Amino acid sequence: MYDYVDGKLDWLAAGLPTEGTNATRARAGDVARRDVPTCRLEEPIRAVRERAAAAGWDACVVVNHERVVLGLLRAEELRKGHEERVERVMRPGPSTFRPHMSIDEIAKFMVTHGLPNCPITTSDGRLVGLLRREDLESGRLRATFTAHG
Amino acid sequence: MPQAIDRNDVRRLMTEGAQVVEVLPREEFEADHLPGAISLPLRGLETEAKEKLDPLRPVLVYCWDAA
Repeated sequence: MYDYVDGKLDWLAAGLPTEGTNATRARAGDVARRDVPTCRLEEPIRAVRERAAAAGWDACVVVNHERVVLGLLRAEELRKGHEERVERVMRPGPSTFRPHMSIDEIAKFMVTHGLPNCPITTSDGRLVGLLRREDLESGRLRATFTAHG
Repeated sequence: MPQAIDRNDVRRLMTEGAQVVEVLPREEFEADHLPGAISLPLRGLETEAKEKLDPLRPVLVYCWDAA
């Protein structure tokens, strides 16, 4: 007999598949953009800005070697400085959400706090992707978002 | 005494044919459960376990969290 001590919450927070009536609901982990650029604390901000722009992004997530989120560079931070290290301009410890959370809950938080994007992480802090307000505002997710707008 | 395991052990045991048992109330199971899990709510666990579980295969149980 084995006891999965951390339970269903741990499984959901890791973004692993489930079965049941909620399995077809859009969750943060399904909608988050996994192709968001990432960078390290020690990189010069100019190089990161150029790399993000070349990939068509106005945001970059700061991670360590295990992809644990340390900070976030939104558009306003990406515009700051040249040779300064990322850690000097980043937004440290951004609000993060778990992959199993409904986009409805997160949309509400983003509207209330005026956030353009939020990192989605596993329960141990590893980056899953970036949930972008513009993705919530477009297409099939629009109804969810405008309900809070 | 059950052996405490983590998420990676769960995934391995699933591929090895373990029986995965959720002990939360039925409504919670119906909303979300691990792939292939069966529902044996805690309240009726002792009686239902004998009927529904194969004594020859490993059994893995879980609830909501470690609390």
